[in-house]
Parts: sequence; structure tokens; C-alpha cells
Amino acid sequence: MILRELRPALSLVIIFTLLTGFILPEAFTGAMQLALPWQANGSLITQNGQAIGSALIGQNFTAAKYFQPRPSALSPNPYTENTSGASNLGPTSAALLTNVQTRIAAYTKAFGPGQVPADAVTTSGSGLDPDISLVNALRQSASVAAARKRPVGTVTDLVNRLADHPAFGIIGTDNVNVLQLNLALDRLPAQ
Amino acid sequence: MTMQGLLYIALLFVLVLGAAFPLGRYMAAIFEGRVTWLRPVETGFYRLAGVDEKRQMPWQGYAIALLLLSVIHFGLLYAILRLQYYLPWNPLHIVGMSPRLAFNTAASFATNTNWQAYVPEGQISNGAQVFGLVVHMFVSAAAGIAAAAAVMRAFTAGSLKTIGNFYVDLTRISLYLLIPASLIAATLLVIAGAPQTFAEAVNVHTLNAGAQTIAIGPVAFQEAIKELGTNGGGFFNANSAHPFENPNAWTNLFENFLLLVIGFALPITFGHMVKDKAQGRALMAAMAIILALGCVGTYAAEAAGNPMHIAAGVAAHDGNWEGKEMRFGIASSAAFNVSATGTSTGAVDSFTDSYTPLGGAIPMFLMQLGEVTPGGVGSGFYTIIVFALLSVFVAGLMVGRTPEYLGKKVQAKEIKLAMLGVLILTLFILAGAGFSLVTASGTGSLENAGPHGLSEMLYAWSSATENNGSAFAGLSADTPLLDYGLGAAMLFGRFAFMIPILAIAGSLAAKPKLPASAGTFPTTGPLFIGLLIGVIIILGGLQFMPADTLGPVAEHFLLHSGKTF
Repeated sequence: MILRELRPALSLVIIFTLLTGFILPEAFTGAMQLALPWQANGSLITQNGQAIGSALIGQNFTAAKYFQPRPSALSPNPYTENTSGASNLGPTSAALLTNVQTRIAAYTKAFGPGQVPADAVTTSGSGLDPDISLVNALRQSASVAAARKRPVGTVTDLVNRLADHPAFGIIGTDNVNVLQLNLALDRLPAQ
Repeated sequence: MTMQGLLYIALLFVLVLGAAFPLGRYMAAIFEGRVTWLRPVETGFYRLAGVDEKRQMPWQGYAIALLLLSVIHFGLLYAILRLQYYLPWNPLHIVGMSPRLAFNTAASFATNTNWQAYVPEGQISNGAQVFGLVVHMFVSAAAGIAAAAAVMRAFTAGSLKTIGNFYVDLTRISLYLLIPASLIAATLLVIAGAPQTFAEAVNVHTLNAGAQTIAIGPVAFQEAIKELGTNGGGFFNANSAHPFENPNAWTNLFENFLLLVIGFALPITFGHMVKDKAQGRALMAAMAIILALGCVGTYAAEAAGNPMHIAAGVAAHDGNWEGKEMRFGIASSAAFNVSATGTSTGAVDSFTDSYTPLGGAIPMFLMQLGEVTPGGVGSGFYTIIVFALLSVFVAGLMVGRTPEYLGKKVQAKEIKLAMLGVLILTLFILAGAGFSLVTASGTGSLENAGPHGLSEMLYAWSSATENNGSAFAGLSADTPLLDYGLGAAMLFGRFAFMIPILAIAGSLAAKPKLPASAGTFPTTGPLFIGLLIGVIIILGGLQFMPADTLGPVAEHFLLHSGKTF
């Protein structure tokens, strides 16, 4: 009985491997490279002919003239290597609490006292989160404006202009893409 | 918790349940051989493979065909993973997996689990992902749906000797459902930003931080079938939290829709096949009610945030953002992870290990219930049929009458087989987690201490046995104990459960179909739905309550008393 089933079972494994493992992925990749090359190759942003990042992938910014991204669990080199992942620290983790306290101290030192937006002191799921919350961006605006010797209003206007809002009020969040925001800052006309 | 968050969850349910009705009708047409738009391809496959499409199989034949194909495919994947260094599309020259990791991974993908003890970015080539893992994502999903089709046929008429042809079911489900739907979904994902290329990495010069290497690959094609086939194996380590797998809030909603829709369509298909649509709607209602409660529960827990972090100075109304992505938000993250554990998907768009204790307990509990809300493609359906049989059995005991389901008498043999299936799953979860935690190797795998560590291990065994594949991902799973132990749990959880179910189907198929009488317990309507939910929670969940109490429930109280580990 098993011998009788051997040919159809084996043949179907081979047929579906060829179809869904070779033919379709090849054809689909080819079609997408042709039809949607920008997305298919990682939504890269170029400046002066050089790729400076992906519109979807976060980057690390440490200079005071730039908005800062969310903390990343991918230490010691966050946002730089081809890895991804979260801290996986549980809610009662002492290490997590210490990390959050340290980040709160650094954040309030840099951007002034007050309640700290949760996204600014927690690591993201991917470790590559490209966005920060709108509240977080607005909290950082004065400091960024000071570092760039710009009026705060110019910077907050830019933040508000680039911010995403939930579609129909329910799909998504109020957030800003940090790379696009910092790029727009660099491209502000000279005063 | 905000009204906007609740509205998001409501929108998700409206979309999924709305689509499940037409999809369910279409799938009934596939199972009954009435869909023919790729007929020349279909018959070509039968000719090549030597399949006689007229041949009908008894349950034993169906089970043997399914098992044999799965064993062959398991062997092929094991070979691919060991030999990937020598195979195409491996520009980074990633070496072959160790025997134990290859065994675990092959078991994981052959059983529709997609548990990932490996790190995708470093331990598997693009080639092995595409012609190894992705093929299994199609075939294991189709095999699960085929088993569900076989179980459905048992109820369609009286005195049946056969329950269909496995090869024909597998081919039709792939050609008419999974492949075309995946291609459409993958195209939409590329439009939204998911990459599709055979390059493995892009190097860029960043504005501020110097160089950045961005991992890339044929992501969209895998992502589509990963969700639609309730597989869950991420192209990247961060799974659906990775911006390339899940670029924005719209794709998050879309992927959540994809991973639920076939599961909810199958009871509707059943209603069409047995020519009594109310029967299908009743099963669907029970699934949807439990899942909706789970989504809202986890959302509420996550929106409340971490009290210790709030005390440290985090804004109180923001919620728990550790392990979550900014673009999705709390409600949408909670709904995604709960949906992925209510099905056998196990994809995550945020990391459950960092959820609040009760927020993480709900996904674990939904797996322990047997994944019936709506469950994996196919497996969720045949599992809820087991619970439906147990429900009519319980109702029959109350009035002292032989229970029937859809005119088929449910007798000792069926109930024994159903309980055997349930007990196999329970045994692997509780004995496996218990044993692991008394070994040095097991405790060495834990990332977190205290009750959260117990939750990590319990979650791992629940996930593997129920073929889910999600994790409290801090657990180091690539150890001899967990590679072999969880690998075995996945294989038994899939096949040692599926075969008793096919036996039940065979046994019920052979029985005459009795007309409903005044004494028949109706298996539609609120009374039955309530009873079914009760049976799922009591019979499916009660045995896990002691373990869950020591894990997440204990952690909840410790968290609120300010205790850390």
C-alpha cells in the first residue's frame, strides 16, 4: 500500500518544490524588479547619487543637531548591522527597569524635565524602528533647534508637516520617520 | 484603552468575518471539484505524478498518503538545511545547519509550526528559505486544509466508505487558493515597501552614524504565504516587527487579515458542504467570540502599561512599548499577536516576552486551548470539530441520550479518540515544560528569572506542541534538549493529533445519517455556541490553569507589588 503511494507523494513534493520554490519566486522577483524596482530593492533614499539609507529602516543619530531614534536592543552597535530583534526582557526584569531609569535620566537631561514618552525609553520589536512618536519628536524640537541655531517654530513646523497620523483615526499612530525628518532638517535653506 | 483602539479591533473583525463568507463558499467549490480555471495545469500535475483523480480513499489511505508526503518533504528539507552551503542563492556563504538544528527546523516547517531556533539573518541562506522553507509553507498549509476537507466529507452523507483523495485535495487547494492568493498579497506588500530581490544585503552611508548594512531578500513572497497559510516563519529574526516584513500600519492590518481569513472561512465551507449553513456559522461564532475577548483583554493589559516604569517617570497613558513598533500602536500590536496565537501562525509584530504578564498570558492560553480561534488553516477546523463532538457528548450525558452531531451518532469510540488527541497535546506541554525546568540545560536557556522564566519555558512547549511557532523569544532554543524535545513535540502535536481525528472522520463517515428528531440537541444557536465555548475553555484550558497561575498570574501580582528579578 505504501509503495503504491510512493510515486504520487514523491512526485508532488518535487513538483511543488519546483513550482513554489523556483519558478514562482524567480518569476515574481523578476516582475517586481521590473514593475516596482524602488520598493523591491529596499526603498533606498539617495543623496548626491549615494544611498544614505532606507525609508523604512531606522538609523542611529547621536549628534545634538539630529532627532534621536528609539533605543535599540541591538547593542553594542544599534542600527548598523544586518541583524534585527528585541530585548525580550520581561515586565518584572530588573535589567529592563534599570535600562528604562537610565534612559529617562538621559532623556530629561537632554530635553528637559517632565514625563517621558514611553517610546523614547523602550526598545522596539525590530531594533530598527524608523519612527518616533509625535510627542517624542516635539519634546526634542527645542534642543535640536538650539543646536542648529534655528527658531524652535521652524523645527516644530517641520515635525508637524512630516508627521503621520492614524488613517480614519484608528489605523496607525501619530509618528514621525526620524531619517526623513533629519534629512529635511539638513535640507532647510540656509538662513 | 481608547475607543480608537477598540474600533481598530472591531474593524479587523468586520473585515475578516465579512471576507470569510464568500471565501468559505469558494473553498467548498474547491473541495467539491467545481473550480476549474486552472484545469489544464491541474490535470498536467496528476499525469506527471501518476495521480488517479477518480480514486477515493478510506481514512487510512488518506492518512498514509498525508504522512508519506510529509515524511518525504521533511527529509528533503533536512537535506537542504544541512547542505545549504553547496546550494544556489547563498551569496553570504552561510554554512549548513547542525544535525539537531536541521532536525528541529525541518520538523518545524513540515508541521506548519515555523518555530525558529535559528537566526534567519545568519544561519539560513536566501536559497534555503525560498526552496526549503517557503515550499513547506505552501504544502503544509495545503495538507492541513486537505485534512479539514476530509473531516468535512464525513458529515456530508450516510454510510460513506471514503473521505476523498489527498493528492487531489492538496493540488486543488494549492492551485486554486494558496498560490494565487499569495501572489496577489505579495504584490500588495511590495507596493507597500516589502523588498523582493535575491540580493542579501545593501550597504549605505548614513547621515550621522557612518556605515549601515541592511539585510534584504525575497521577503514579500515569503511574507504573504507566511500569514495566509498560518505559518509564521519570519524572513528576519524580528519577524513581522521588521519594517521590511511589515512596512506600515496598513500592512499590519492586511497581514492580520490574511492570517485569520482562511481559518474563519473553513466553518463557512463546512456549512456549505453539509448543506446547513447555520452549523458553520455556529462554529465561527464560538471562534470569533473567544478571539475577540482575547484581543480586547491583551489590549487592555498592554494599554495599562508597566506600573514600575510609570513610577520611574514614563508617561502613564502611553502603555507598554517595550518590544513594540511605533508605526503600529498598542491595539494593533495586541490584536496581531493574539490573532497569531489564536491561529497556528505564530508570527509576531511585537515581542510577547516583553508584554505585561496578563497581556502575554492570553496568547499562551489561546494556544493551550488547542488553537481553535480560528486555529491553523485546516487544523483549527478539525480541532473545533473535536470540541463540538465533546460538547454534544456532554449535552447527551445531561439528558441520557446517545449524542448526535449532524445526524451522526457519537459513540464511545469517537470520544475515546477525541480525548486521546487532547491528552497527547496536554502531555507534551506540561511534561515537556516540567521536565525542561528541572534540568540544568533547560534553566540555562531562560533569558528571564522568576515566574517569567517559567512562562518562557511553558510558552515554548505550548507553542511547539500546538504547532504555533511564536515564542517568548528570550529563550535560547538551540540546545540539544530543546532542539530534539520541541522537534518531537511539534511532530507529535501535528500527526499524533491529526491521525486520531482522521480515524474519527472515517468512523463517522461510515455511520448512517439520521434525520433530526424532537430529541436531537440542536447544534446551532446561542445555547450550543455557549456550551461549545464552555467546553473549549474547561476541557481545553483547565488542565493548564495551575501552571499558568505559577507563571503569568503570579508575575502579575509581583509586578504590581514592585518586585523585580
